Amino acid sequence: MLKMETAYPKIYLYKRIVQAKLFIDNNFQDKIDLDNISDESHFSKFHFIRLFKEIYGKTPHKYLTSVRVQEAKEHLEKGIPITETCYAVGFDSPSSFTGLFKRAVGLTPKAYRTQQLQRKEEIAEKPLKFIPNCFAQAKGWSENSNFQEVP
Amino acid sequence: MITRLNHVSVYVLNQDSALDFYVNKLGCKVHTDAPMGPGMRWLTVCPSEQPDLEISLMPIEDGVMFKDGAAEQMKALVKKGTFGFGVFECDDLRATFEELKAKGVAFKKEPTKEFYAYEALFVDDSGNWFSLVEKKDG
Repeated sequence: MLKMETAYPKIYLYKRIVQAKLFIDNNFQDKIDLDNISDESHFSKFHFIRLFKEIYGKTPHKYLTSVRVQEAKEHLEKGIPITETCYAVGFDSPSSFTGLFKRAVGLTPKAYRTQQLQRKEEIAEKPLKFIPNCFAQAKGWSENSNFQEVP
Repeated sequence: MITRLNHVSVYVLNQDSALDFYVNKLGCKVHTDAPMGPGMRWLTVCPSEQPDLEISLMPIEDGVMFKDGAAEQMKALVKKGTFGFGVFECDDLRATFEELKAKGVAFKKEPTKEFYAYEALFVDDSGNWFSLVEKKDG
């Protein structure tokens, strides 16, 4: 929470920073000029970055990158090709995308996509492997349950 | 010795609507989405920074779990706001409150300083309520 003398006296500050965050969430795929966002928020760039970081723990630029990486994960999970994903989420080049993605996720986009598609396939083939048996049984899905009532 | 909780169920009136609420409003991630035959689906989401806690969005339907009219009774209780399912944590309560409000989430209680934490209470699209607290340092 912003360091303030009493509880929440400056709600308008929050509203403006939250609007800026939502702007990033909704426009990550476009070229976002952080100068414009700070202007829109009626803050100086420096003040905007400081407040944003105080609330969200990272600069607006780093936050934008994290949103793009998260969106890229969702694209890759759907099987969308890597280059297409890169541009769809707002990165400028596949090489910088791969580097940033690997740093954030620990896997290259290619490896992540392969891993997630394999998991999806496995879920479709053997869904019960992903469902605790107590739930599967309660829903009537568990055909070969080894659940025994405790005496 | 019990060490962790990895699954919890939230009973919802409509799975599709709950999915939209938990993902697009609360910012949860889909963990597992498995079709289980006509009209049935195992659907779990997790908080953005807690991928090992699966929240099962469980539709209330007649069947093995709800028999003899129990589903209708349960739906009525959920709609009435009978159930509080847990406490979500965030880094900054005021910012999270403003964001969720901007996304149309209904709150039963605005951010308030309680002796244990800053806390707000919100309601999901079915009627289940949750506490939302600001993570304490340390």
